[in-house]
Amino acid sequence: MGLSGIEIFKKLPKTNCGKCGVPTCLAFAMKLAAGQAELNACPDIPDDVKEELGEASAPPVRTVVIGTGDRAVKLGGETVLFRHEKRFESPPAFTLLLSDNMDESEITARLKKFNDTVYERVGVVLRAELVAIKAVSGDASKFGALVEKVCNETDAGLVLMNEDVDALSQAARSCSSRKPLLYAAGKDNFESMGNLAKELSCPLSVKGSNLEELSEISEKLIAMGLKDLVLDSGARTSKQVFEDQIIIRRSALLKKFKPFGFPTIVFPCEMADNLMKETMRACQMTAKYGGVIVMSEIKGHSVFPLLLASMNIFTDPQRPMAVDQKIYEIGAADESSPVLITGNFSLTYFIVSGEIDASRVPSYLLIKDTEGLSVLTAWAAGKFAADTVATFVKKSGIEEKVKHRKLVIPGYLATISGELEEELPDWEILIGPREASHLPAYLKQWSA
Amino acid sequence: MSFEVPKVSYAGKIRKTPLGQEGNTVTVGGESCYPFHLFEGEMPCPPRIAMEVYDSEPEDWPDTALEPFADVIKDPAAWARKCIDTYGAEMIAFQLAGTDPNDKNITADEAAEITKKVSDAVDVPMIVLGCGNVDKDTDVLKAICEVCEGKNLIIGPVVEGNYRAIGATAIGYNHTVVASTPIDINLAKQLNILLGNLNVPDEKIIIDPSTGALGYGLEYCYSVMERIRMAALVQEDERLQFPILANLAREVWKTKEVKVLESEAPLLGDVKKRGILMEALTAQCVLLAGADILVMRHPEAISLVKESIKDLMTGN
Ligand code: B12
Ligand code: SF4
Repeated sequence: MGLSGIEIFKKLPKTNCGKCGVPTCLAFAMKLAAGQAELNACPDIPDDVKEELGEASAPPVRTVVIGTGDRAVKLGGETVLFRHEKRFESPPAFTLLLSDNMDESEITARLKKFNDTVYERVGVVLRAELVAIKAVSGDASKFGALVEKVCNETDAGLVLMNEDVDALSQAARSCSSRKPLLYAAGKDNFESMGNLAKELSCPLSVKGSNLEELSEISEKLIAMGLKDLVLDSGARTSKQVFEDQIIIRRSALLKKFKPFGFPTIVFPCEMADNLMKETMRACQMTAKYGGVIVMSEIKGHSVFPLLLASMNIFTDPQRPMAVDQKIYEIGAADESSPVLITGNFSLTYFIVSGEIDASRVPSYLLIKDTEGLSVLTAWAAGKFAADTVATFVKKSGIEEKVKHRKLVIPGYLATISGELEEELPDWEILIGPREASHLPAYLKQWSA
Repeated sequence: MSFEVPKVSYAGKIRKTPLGQEGNTVTVGGESCYPFHLFEGEMPCPPRIAMEVYDSEPEDWPDTALEPFADVIKDPAAWARKCIDTYGAEMIAFQLAGTDPNDKNITADEAAEITKKVSDAVDVPMIVLGCGNVDKDTDVLKAICEVCEGKNLIIGPVVEGNYRAIGATAIGYNHTVVASTPIDINLAKQLNILLGNLNVPDEKIIIDPSTGALGYGLEYCYSVMERIRMAALVQEDERLQFPILANLAREVWKTKEVKVLESEAPLLGDVKKRGILMEALTAQCVLLAGADILVMRHPEAISLVKESIKDLMTGN
């Protein structure tokens, strides 16, 4: 971070060979500075320069990956404190906690629930990402057996929690190819933990009893050559966790304080006696800088709202997600199917098309370009005015697809119906329900 | 390398704003730091929750939300009392949804009469919120200001289109206003300037920069609140140093996700707990962004949020 395009340019080969995919070294430098290109795209940068530039252009919070393949989870990579400044990079990884003293059938049930609880919203897959396995029994073989069971029953990333280095080492070796997060290097065992993580190339969690101690251990691990750390400040109260998360993030970003330049791990599961309260804690940590968020249970009523919160906080503040302007055919629509219209904000599109789909009434959904704005926002911004809607309807080609001339508009836009009828004299304008959730009932009654 | 806590120095401060009438006041605002950043500033008045009461029986609430109020749903004054006596409400937010011309179209006079009745029945500060139709709200809120003279109601939404009429009446009868703007820091500031020019005293202004529900546009509202707080506290923008109100319950409880039964969508889990958490998490987010007054509905969501505020303040 922090190097300008010109400063980077000075260190490039300046041959303008174009192998990086852009015509000149200067253009490449500009892209690097804007974070839109990878250093490796230029094959001709000498290694020492690469290291220097890599260091300077790395985000102040290091990107740490837990797990492999499809289920690899990326944490960190953050560059700002507030979401309006620039998109936050890595949403938190909600994590299911399993202990090795739990009942076998309970473990099976919780893991199954964890695996099954997957949502799709606005085209994005949402789920809890990791399983944390905690040694409580003090019996290394029990811990190992649980790790094995979890490995067999899910391909999710893992967090192995055992402060007994030997027991952890045994279990970690059995699954090191899955790149589990090892938890945790404390002030007494950091050397052996550090060596183990290095040997297995696994990410390592650092735990201090407070920020001061955390920074000391982290610094020592960095000196040992460890790169992928995840921080636990030891706090287990809402207020202290909040404070610590903010100080860690600020230290990394504003002071370039290396020992805190990593994602964090937090434990709402240890901070509440019921899942409702625990979920509140987890939400707090979702908004304010939690990385791995460990939950005692993954249940729909709790994890779904949490995933929504995470999605909200981590969406791009500059660009609303949008879909293309066109006619979307939902189900096997024919010449007498209903025709509905809305804007092209992704969220609006997915909600409305989802409801039409659920109604099982094949329909045409016209999506008008509203520059990614929701229905009322678009209307208030003049992007859903009767005249432009009419032009779009006429040009869309829908008149060739259906025999009837009935157009359902969003209930919130009842005010434009009169004007729209004037603009589209052949069409009858029907005011649909306000909330898309009432669409199935509405469509079932619809007749051409 | 030694470790040092990087602190923000705040030059500005949010106005301390007393709500309600003598003997029953609740004071909000007064922050000299970002929300709950107590290691570098103060929050002398922790955020408060106002419990919703409606002017007429709601028609589209899920059972989860209706259940706690089933016995009082037809009687706003009894409903308000139940909020205070049973659920310990520190404030009431009286929602005049029924005045909407597209809804029951309750007249201004009727609305004033019901509001008066409710305000006489409560002994906590009372927020009174119109239906959002600019012209209708003007008539309704003016009538209410008059009949409730001296109660220091907190009335809104006062918007660009009606701030003159409502602002002037509010000053005349000594009420506080909720200045509402659609998710835009400049519009928020502009309306506060206009209210100032109209001589609405600064300690009689609460701002409402708009709220969406979790999963339905909340992120924009969250960021606007954060930016308003930054401008107020760090850039010392005087016209933004007001307490923030978030009218969130009605947004949350109209979403599909609080209504779908577990039998229809097993992965979403228990419908009651889910609805409560949808509301409580929306509240948690706006709290962290800077809200001082939360308008909420479900008693269990409210207790979760109260507990969360307490823990963030006192360290549990
Ligand atoms: C987030 C938001 C924004 C975001 C934009 C986000 C986006 N991508 O659209 C930002 C901050 C950019 C924004 C800006 C503005 N906004 Co705005 N915004 C909101 C907010 C909080 C939520 C909107 C949202 O995302 N809703 C969720 C989506 C899914 O809802 P939806 O598209 O309406 O779809 C639902 C229904 O309409 C229905 N539906 C949709 N399509 C169809 C189709 C059919 C056939 C049927 C039957 C049903 C149906 O189903 C969906 C779910 O039930 C609302 C207030 C609120 N709490 O709702 C204000 C709101 C919409 N904004 C408003 C305004 C005024 C503005 C601005 C003009 C303010 C300004 N002057 O700057 C600008 C305009 C934008 C611009 N100039 O660029 C006003 C509109 C007032 C009005 N009644 O006209 C609102 C209502 C706020 C308010 N109370 O004043 N806004
Ligand atoms: S590949 Fe390297 S040397 Fe060639 S143009 Fe790109 S930056 Fe310059």
